[in-house]
Amino acid sequence: MSELITNLTLRIWRQGGPDDIGRFEEHYVEEISAEASFLELLDILNERLIAEGKDAIAFDHDCREGICGTCSLMIDGQAHGPQLGTATCQLHMRTFHSGQVIVVEPWRARAFPIIRDLMVDRGPLDRIVEVGGFITSPTGGAPDANLIPIPQPVAEAAMDAAECIGCGACVAACPNGAANLFTGAKVTHLNLLPQGQAERYARAEAMVEKMEEYFGSCTNHGECEAACPKSISIDVIALMNADYLKSKFKNRKALSRT
Amino acid sequence: MMTAGTTTPDAKIPDGALADKWETYKSDARLVNPANKRKFKILVVGTGLAGASAIATLAELGYQVEAFTFHDSPRRAHSIAAQGGINAAKNYRGDGDSVHRLFYDTIKGGDFRARESNVHRLAEVSVDIIDQCVAQGVPFAREYGGLLDNRSFGGAQVSRTFYARGQTGQQLLLGAYQQMERQVGLGNVKLWNRVELVDTVVVEDRCAGIVTRDLLTGEVRSHAGHAVVLATGGYGNVFFLSTNAMACNVTAAWRAHRRGAWFANPCYTQIHPTCIPQSDEFQSKLTLMSESLRNDGRVWVPSQVDDVRPPADIPEAERDYYLERLYPSFGNLAPRDISSRAAKRAVDSGRGVGPNRNGVYLDFADAVGRLGLDTVWSRYSNLFEMYERITAEDPRDVPMRIYPASHYTMGGLWVDYELATTIPGLYCAGEANFSDHGANRLGASALMQGLADGYFVLPYTISSYLAPMLNQPIPGTDHPEFVKAEGEARERFGRYLQTGGTRSPDHFHRELGKIVWDHCGMERTVQGLEKALSDIPALYEEFNKDLRVTGPSDRINQTLEKAGRVDDFFQLAMLMCRDALERNESCGGHFRAEYQTEDGEALRDDEQFAHVAAWEWTGDPLQATRNVEELVYESVHFQTRSYK
Repeated sequence: MSELITNLTLRIWRQGGPDDIGRFEEHYVEEISAEASFLELLDILNERLIAEGKDAIAFDHDCREGICGTCSLMIDGQAHGPQLGTATCQLHMRTFHSGQVIVVEPWRARAFPIIRDLMVDRGPLDRIVEVGGFITSPTGGAPDANLIPIPQPVAEAAMDAAECIGCGACVAACPNGAANLFTGAKVTHLNLLPQGQAERYARAEAMVEKMEEYFGSCTNHGECEAACPKSISIDVIALMNADYLKSKFKNRKALSRT
Repeated sequence: MMTAGTTTPDAKIPDGALADKWETYKSDARLVNPANKRKFKILVVGTGLAGASAIATLAELGYQVEAFTFHDSPRRAHSIAAQGGINAAKNYRGDGDSVHRLFYDTIKGGDFRARESNVHRLAEVSVDIIDQCVAQGVPFAREYGGLLDNRSFGGAQVSRTFYARGQTGQQLLLGAYQQMERQVGLGNVKLWNRVELVDTVVVEDRCAGIVTRDLLTGEVRSHAGHAVVLATGGYGNVFFLSTNAMACNVTAAWRAHRRGAWFANPCYTQIHPTCIPQSDEFQSKLTLMSESLRNDGRVWVPSQVDDVRPPADIPEAERDYYLERLYPSFGNLAPRDISSRAAKRAVDSGRGVGPNRNGVYLDFADAVGRLGLDTVWSRYSNLFEMYERITAEDPRDVPMRIYPASHYTMGGLWVDYELATTIPGLYCAGEANFSDHGANRLGASALMQGLADGYFVLPYTISSYLAPMLNQPIPGTDHPEFVKAEGEARERFGRYLQTGGTRSPDHFHRELGKIVWDHCGMERTVQGLEKALSDIPALYEEFNKDLRVTGPSDRINQTLEKAGRVDDFFQLAMLMCRDALERNESCGGHFRAEYQTEDGEALRDDEQFAHVAAWEWTGDPLQATRNVEELVYESVHFQTRSYK
């Protein structure tokens, strides 16, 4: 059967509620299959805690396929742990070694207040989408889908950006707590497409300014790209910045005509 | 045991020729004046494809909409995990596709157990879905000339599936989510996140609203509205191990069922043939590998029993490409139920592969030889990478290992042509209803149905219900029925916390799942189902006595959430087994070992069972009343489904 990882020490952040004082709690795990995922390790630990009559550790998770973006966790200080391009739910114990001490914390960012234990509130990401992360196209009025040919490289580049799962790892990894990779990915996805042109600059302006209400500023560390489970390139930030800059005169021009 | 139903539900199918019914319906539907729409409040529970598309469209029309999701963000609904694609009868390939052909394939794929009129409407609106999604900026795959690309999927002989890499569900859901968030930003939708439905409320035979529990604070609260839409997904997690997300559950549909909504065909569950085999006992979740892989992958096992050589050492002559052998015309693209059973038989015959001998190979070597590694990689890179992350094996070097797993549930709340349940004012959309897939769903049809219901069906049918209610008062949340339902919900969650037993909700869920999988999974027998029907109530009794839920009641408590969901799974599981026991035939995902042909194919009984079983709550799932909706086929003729 599968190989075992033994003698693990988990140092896990516990916090009762948003206003409570948190602390690290240590748990010892004698052995776990290398085939188990990191979240299955937490499942097993939680089963043990319940058996001991203690509160289970609260952590966000859902699809466990790396696509819903619900799971989070700073593992040894890295957002989604040590494996490149991998969300926590897809991280397997074979990435760790026997005898390791593993520190598990919630996302670290001022914009993401802690709810309980390892769970945070990522609501501000939705607030950014609400102001411009869409193409206005009410149901019913769309022309035939093949009326707008989109060159394959453009469609591919838009898709590269659209892969963002909205997990917030980019924010958690950023020393400034900036959400530029998240916002840039959505701006790039929509602004590259022909359908997105009508609202291109209004979108960039609204989304960037909403982002700045909640999040820190980008200073091009590139930590976000390294932490992104979808390996989204920081090129999207450059495109967003260019469109934001242009919006400052393009939007005025459009407005002055009306 | 059999409780014969006396009532035949009225499916409200419009008159006229099949192809004209939807047009006729829309022409006759009652409308609500744009200025009056804001006088109506619609509550939509669930923000997956069906929910998000309904929320966006209803809000664009001008209704007051309140949206409920138990996730932190509506974008996390499990539609996001659909990989392969979405069907539409666009005939962009010029390969003979048409609305009629998509309709026919869906009826046939569903083993002649779906309602003709609903399925035809689905095929009709499929073309509008693609237009709508492209307008929203969904980045579907393109040809070099810039036009949309297609791929093939199981159960069809045309290429009608649109896709966005292996993340079609994600991109379609984000499209709908963005339209919905736009309405949230405009103030037309009130969004309740991290809130779970715990009951529906019926006043004077109409759905008056819902009761929710705030997952962060434990607050139980009522919401009143003119109409309620449940778009809360399927119940595949009744098996514990499934490809569903961890939080997927039957609670919303089940609580509505307990208030009078009939539950149709619960035994129709789909076991998806291409999942990564279970690696260990403690595993919490199975991972799907998109069916689209079967476009280029070849399924095989060793011809010899107990052949444990590495795949590369097994010569071509000693491999059994069993799908190509058994079903030459569809080959590796045979429909899901058929492919799943074939895999089960291969493994049961002692020819399973992998460390636990619990899988079959899905091999890309031929495709790489034919198309080159680059082409194969560009089609499936994200799936190959996902597989490698989970198994530490690279499918470019060794064949993938796959095995069937619970994936989708065709059964669900009974709805009529208007997607209305048997409780007036309560609608059900997407996987949560039973309507379009019969006994088996074809690949790439779930996304199509979810979006069809939300974008193009509900907005028309709801207005017919609302129009006569204009300026009529509706019961407020202070109505005694709301107060009573709130009290019951508080009592229920209090009880889970106070049971003070020794075993966790997960423990019971795992045990329940094992019983359901063994006796009501890929193959069912009278003996097995009867055993399940005695084992499940016994385990449920233990659950009620020996449950242990730790943690607080007034803060987030995932153990407590789980307890409520497992409770409802127990009751559903009993109904599911009863439904399977009463359906004395094999059809689609429901395979009763007693009813099979000599070659082991499903043997339907169209004389006795060409009907929908719509179960009515009586206070005990073991005593539910079985009502029957006869399926009348005007356009298609019964055929033995053959993919040979």
